[in-house]
Amino acid sequence: MTLAIRELVEAPELSPRRIDEFLAGRKCPIVEGSTVTFVYRGPADAVFLQHWIYGLPSAQPFSRIDGSDLWYLIQEIPVRSRVEYKLEVEQQDVVRLIRDPLNQELAHDPFGANSVCQGAEYADPEWADPDPEARRGTVEPLAFRSRALGRDEEVTVYLPARFRPTRTYPLLVAHDGIDYLRFSRLQTVLDNLIHRGEVAPLVVALTQSPARLREYAADDRHARMVVEEMVPRLEEKYPLAKDAAGRGLMGASFGAVAALHVAARHPELFGRLLLQSGSFAFTDIGPSPRGPAFEPVVEFVNGFREKPMRVAERVFVSCGVYESLIYENRSLAPLLQKSGMEVRYVEAWDGHNWENWRDRLREGLSFLFPGPLWMFYE
Amino acid sequence: MGIVVLLGPQRFTPTLGEAVARAGVEGRLASVTAGWQEREAEDLELHEHLGERTVNLMLYARAEDVFEKDAELFRAHRERQEKLRTLQALYRRRLAATRDAARRLVEAQGDEALLAPEREDAIRALSRLDAHHLRRVAAIDAEFEKRWRPEGRPVLRRHVRAIERQLEKVAGLAIAGGHVAILLNRLRLFGIASRVGGRPVFAWSAGAMAVCERVVLFHDNPPQGEGAPEVLQAGLGLVGGVVALPHAKRRLALDDRGRVTLLARRFEPDAALAFDDGSWLLFRDGRREAVSGVQQLLGAGEVAALEVA
Repeated sequence: MTLAIRELVEAPELSPRRIDEFLAGRKCPIVEGSTVTFVYRGPADAVFLQHWIYGLPSAQPFSRIDGSDLWYLIQEIPVRSRVEYKLEVEQQDVVRLIRDPLNQELAHDPFGANSVCQGAEYADPEWADPDPEARRGTVEPLAFRSRALGRDEEVTVYLPARFRPTRTYPLLVAHDGIDYLRFSRLQTVLDNLIHRGEVAPLVVALTQSPARLREYAADDRHARMVVEEMVPRLEEKYPLAKDAAGRGLMGASFGAVAALHVAARHPELFGRLLLQSGSFAFTDIGPSPRGPAFEPVVEFVNGFREKPMRVAERVFVSCGVYESLIYENRSLAPLLQKSGMEVRYVEAWDGHNWENWRDRLREGLSFLFPGPLWMFYE
Repeated sequence: MGIVVLLGPQRFTPTLGEAVARAGVEGRLASVTAGWQEREAEDLELHEHLGERTVNLMLYARAEDVFEKDAELFRAHRERQEKLRTLQALYRRRLAATRDAARRLVEAQGDEALLAPEREDAIRALSRLDAHHLRRVAAIDAEFEKRWRPEGRPVLRRHVRAIERQLEKVAGLAIAGGHVAILLNRLRLFGIASRVGGRPVFAWSAGAMAVCERVVLFHDNPPQGEGAPEVLQAGLGLVGGVVALPHAKRRLALDDRGRVTLLARRFEPDAALAFDDGSWLLFRDGRREAVSGVQQLLGAGEVAALEVA
């Protein structure tokens, strides 16, 4: 296949106008099958690709097309991939790490956003877009004083469309819940999947910690807040299922650690776990290289690895293959299985970001809380 | 049976009023919204659409009352449902392998002289399995009826009499969609098929599925599993010769020739019919008389507008 960039590379003369025409209306990076051409235009002494693919060397250099300010780099990217990246632009001894100015697509993670290259055949899931046919659920606040955490706790509660106080609903506690709403379109996803019967109507408690790196890091105070303070208040206010199959915990990154930790502190109380790209750091020998924030996590995960136990009935675990955490998650899945839980483990050609977590919600939620899809024809 | 009209989903493109008028039905209509379960009574939109002429038979609420007051019947009902669930799971297990074989042969290419008889037999194996399942379900239902004789039980009898009184005053019956198993169960529990007499019946979505001879559950792109259509149980059989597939555009991969072929061939000689928004099919005395917008899945893997002679 002749790549589009060859038109320019092989052109005898390359005017700025020709480059303008080449770029006009063209989606960048240029995806041609599994080959992707990254493009940068502007004054620079050197340009490098900084990507977030764990295991591959980063900072690949771009080539400049002679006589122009156009830089390019050709890479092989597997189909259906999403690869996070930034451009490192060097000019007169100044190095800038920037998002790709020619690409508006972003991947959001708990710390910010990067440019993202969407490989061939990747498409945003249609079930994450607002569906005019789907009835909309509502969200409302629930505030209480947490003695466990020594502060006021504010929870946002999602109620499914046509919520009825006379019916009983499963409860799902979502760590980083507001971020899930913002970056993973959780409310739209719930509205759509519930409307389609793929997921049972459920109540979701969206918690957002102001100190997630501490409170989500296997912190017993957080577990007490969830189990002894939040869930009882929710059960008091809403008609919630009282069995483990009707209670779930979810989270991504440190939020997944919090979810597993709460479940492990109260085995069989929560029957459903959705763990996305969990920061399940552990060590076989010596200290963890991941830094002090991970110390309590390492202690918890090491303990769990030593004595794996059945903490729930059904667990959905997902992770991106481009994440450094893929090793930890691959290691965790068989442990969970061995302890007698029904585990669904899914990998995606993606990174540590909210869109990856969004894209796995349909499979995860419908596995944990299946709806009446096969029976319902409205 | 006089007039039966099967319709597509009514939520966004209500055509029920037009169908009722076309059938020349004047006067009040009994409605069944039991498929909506606890929202059964929230039928204002339907009531207004039909010119405030509906009387809801409240089959879901009546069944709840029966189960609450007749604990023995409730227990027996639960036991039967559990048996049916187990049986469905066993059938599903066999279905996976049988359907997989049929699907592969439908899509296989090669020497047709060798392939065609194998393909035919694989499809027939699927049909035989469906038929076997229907017989097993019917046997469980028959055993339940024989042992517990629900209609002879006082609480149920009281409700049946009340329903009969309601039906005496109406000119037709409208059956809405929703949860097809619950809808069908409630229709059966109160013997609606035998009580509706010759009155016209208008049924949409799950309602349309329930009044056919067999109920087929389907979804080609579910979030879990590969989406193999399965027979649930026999329907009320108010119309014959068709398998109703509502919301087909959303639930079926109609451009997948292999899937379409298999779905169409498996239920032959019945016609697999796609009912989407705005579509309807009118039967008079068991014969298809008029149609609009209904698509038929064809054995060749295509989908074509249904026509009636």
